[in-house]
Amino acid sequence: MSNSFLKNSKDWQVQAPFPLLDEIHAINAGLKLERQLLIDATETYWIDKQHLVMLMHILRFELMHGFDLCFDLTAIDERVRENKLAEQVSDFTVVYHLRSYFRNRDVRIKVALSASDKSLDSVSSIWSNANWYEREVWDMFGITFNNHPHLARILMPTTWIGHPLLKDHPARATEMDPFTLSDTQQDIEQQALQFKPEEWGMKRQSKTSDFSFLNLGPNHPSVHGAFRIVLQMEGEEIIDCVPDIGYHHRGAEKMGERQSWHSYIPYTDRIDYLGGVMNNFPYVMAVEQLAGITVPDRAKTIRIMTAEMFRILSHLLFYGTFAQDIGALSPIFYMFIDREKLFGIIEAFTGARMHPSYFRIGGVAQDLPKGWDTLVREYVNYLPKRLDEYEKMVMQNSLLKARTVDIGAYSSSEAIEWGITGPGLRATGYSWDLRKQRPYGGYDQFDFEVPVGHKGDCYDRCRVRVEEMRQSIRIIEQCLNNMPEGPYKADHPQTTPPDKSRTMMDIDSLIPHFVNVSWGPVIPAGEVSVSVEATKGIMAYHLVSDGSTMSYRTRIRTPSFAHLQMLPLISQGQMVADLIATLGSIDYVMADVDR
Amino acid sequence: MMADLMPVDFINTQTLFKLIEIAVILGLLIPIAAMLVWVERRMIGIWQDRHGPNRVGPGGILQSLADLLKILGKDEFTPKFADRFTFIAAPIIAAVTVLMSFAVIPFSDTIGVSNLNIGVLFFLAMTSLAVYGVVLAGWASKNKYALLGSMRAAAQTISYEVFMGLSLMGVVLLTGSFNLRDIVLAQQDGWFISTQIIGFIVFLIAGIAESHRLPFDLPEAETELTAGFHTEYSGLKFALFFLGEYLGVTLISAMSVTLFFGGYLAPSFLPANIANMIPALVWFIGKVFILIMFFILLRTSLPRPRFDQLLAFGWKVMLPLALFNLLLTAVLRLTGVISGAGDINHG
Repeated sequence: MSNSFLKNSKDWQVQAPFPLLDEIHAINAGLKLERQLLIDATETYWIDKQHLVMLMHILRFELMHGFDLCFDLTAIDERVRENKLAEQVSDFTVVYHLRSYFRNRDVRIKVALSASDKSLDSVSSIWSNANWYEREVWDMFGITFNNHPHLARILMPTTWIGHPLLKDHPARATEMDPFTLSDTQQDIEQQALQFKPEEWGMKRQSKTSDFSFLNLGPNHPSVHGAFRIVLQMEGEEIIDCVPDIGYHHRGAEKMGERQSWHSYIPYTDRIDYLGGVMNNFPYVMAVEQLAGITVPDRAKTIRIMTAEMFRILSHLLFYGTFAQDIGALSPIFYMFIDREKLFGIIEAFTGARMHPSYFRIGGVAQDLPKGWDTLVREYVNYLPKRLDEYEKMVMQNSLLKARTVDIGAYSSSEAIEWGITGPGLRATGYSWDLRKQRPYGGYDQFDFEVPVGHKGDCYDRCRVRVEEMRQSIRIIEQCLNNMPEGPYKADHPQTTPPDKSRTMMDIDSLIPHFVNVSWGPVIPAGEVSVSVEATKGIMAYHLVSDGSTMSYRTRIRTPSFAHLQMLPLISQGQMVADLIATLGSIDYVMADVDR
Repeated sequence: MMADLMPVDFINTQTLFKLIEIAVILGLLIPIAAMLVWVERRMIGIWQDRHGPNRVGPGGILQSLADLLKILGKDEFTPKFADRFTFIAAPIIAAVTVLMSFAVIPFSDTIGVSNLNIGVLFFLAMTSLAVYGVVLAGWASKNKYALLGSMRAAAQTISYEVFMGLSLMGVVLLTGSFNLRDIVLAQQDGWFISTQIIGFIVFLIAGIAESHRLPFDLPEAETELTAGFHTEYSGLKFALFFLGEYLGVTLISAMSVTLFFGGYLAPSFLPANIANMIPALVWFIGKVFILIMFFILLRTSLPRPRFDQLLAFGWKVMLPLALFNLLLTAVLRLTGVISGAGDINHG
């Protein structure tokens, strides 16, 4: 292959052969939809809040091949925005991001709300997974959803005062009074942690028996972080469960509103803390789209290679902990050795290991080191043999099979209903990989397959990830053999300040250099949403720029958030041990859930 | 006061000797169990491509001593909500019942606490009692994880001790005695493992289940029940459970050696002069050590079955297997295909 094999690479663009508006009007001519044109080419329509549910019903059920996935649901506090970009914008905007898998097409619906009437109808009866998203919007913005089954705080503590993502809510401790905790307040906080089954619509006893409630977490060896599940049990059988999240919430979205475009990159690393540069990927691509930066081929290839390395790193950890959750103690140690070797390569590339913050707007932080190809080639030859060993040790172990086959299974339609993406969706036999369906960042130039399962059980979810590692090795090998020459970063004023040595020579270099280094780049006003196939599913950044040095709104759509919401559905009727296997097979990271 | 009630000849040299013997055995068993913790951690470390504890003393050999000192220095904590008396009694029961079982084991031709005629039954009785330690611990803790753990332990132990007992009956049939010393002596011409292979497998699996070791560590399944029945335990009380578990491993290995591997006897194919060079006690310890290694290897290599799978496996596979073994042994014994020690008496 030639050195410039990425030359004809094109990022996926929404092809709109016919406007959606006509289809909707064919069903209901009275609906008043107004189109908004945005940079990311996702069809965006405004609708007034009275007709929202009607429109959503049409989109989901009445259209041929309707929008079956509620990909994201969030809000924007527009009150201090200068470049509103559309005349419909009022004080608040609720944004619905929907996807039709069959059409491979997205649509964005926006509803404007005034500060005096912050309420609209819930769509949780149309998409089951809208439930948690609406709770999050209520928690963060104080927008109420009528007819919502359980509109309570989800990320913040129940005793929290205020709604953090409002522009007038303080973002730093220094903006608030010193923290105190009086005895009475402590009692209130303790009270709030009590679990009252009635509040969740659960009964304490049935006709024949009393249920016991087991508080699994927030500290438990198998919940992979700070995650609490309240189990309603009869003996060891789980009748129902309530996942309680928010223990790992760090306000990543709020931080985005006061970090410069560049200085937010390290924060993205810590969203899915096992994903490393995979987190940088959607963020930098979103900023690049806003600023109109074209990334050089070498940078694209380096990005894909390192992103796939992190996919392997994350999947290896999953593989080991999954086996450990089932009770096999050894595999994780072997897999940590493999991860250690790969971290060595990451360290050689970037200087850091788990959170390299290696991607930059317009490229990557630095060029590959001398001799990088030897390192990568050694690893590419090494890992498949190890995977073969693990195949015998883990995947073919009959005890492990007995514990995971047909356990925690769900169908493709259930997965879509609950917003499951990534390996969790493909394990059900639904072959949908963003890298294939909507190639981004140059993935269309690579030769790889999308592994699928067929049962959607714990075993298949593991099987899919194991195969994905082999495919990632294939991709890395192709990067290795075809690494293009050229710059590793775009030569664009928004991404690269002028040469430092020239700043003392002329004022035209000095001023841009000073501005770029002290404030960071000013990104043009706009709105964009970019997704990638991250290690755990589809991760998306929805960025709103107000034409300043900081993002106006940073929305992070993470895969794990959706995956945990489905837990009650799959855990009903399981034993406690099955739940542990199921949790292990979901492969979530609490930082990715709570942000 | 006690002295008044005792017969005058109570403290004769024989009794004194016996008491010293008991003290020595006790004094050795507990450090051995402690050493076992270190051996296990080192072996698992090596099998998992890492070092294991290697800092305290040469090769880390004093690690258990350091752990013991740490554990003794800990606060003797009993949760306020726990049932205090039972909470303290449980770990004692767990450790004492296992230690009691060692009374019937013939360590060598001369060493052994008691030459009990119903040695096998005594051992089975003690393992049955041991479950009380676990069950009471879970119950007294008033903790849901502990309760679930002890529920599992009760079901698991009750199911598995049924065929643990049955698996030994083949050996008893061949020997015609419940006395463990008789059983060892009956293996002079050939170990029972040669004819009782099914019995041995069933006994070993039941033994792992009785001692709550991976893959049958469900009562304390760390990834599911945090620490299971001993969730609320710390300090010395936790150490007693720990001791009980490792003594349990030693006990099951020692029983397997006694019942199936000729106890303290040297292999019969060795010429007598070579076999006699090595003392009986060494033979015994060596065999036990190999079996313990097998236990440790199992722990590193197998995942854990689910609770209902474990019980189903016990009742549907192990029990029929044990019964089949008993039947087969009886038939072969009656038809004279294999001979046993009882033949001497009855022709």
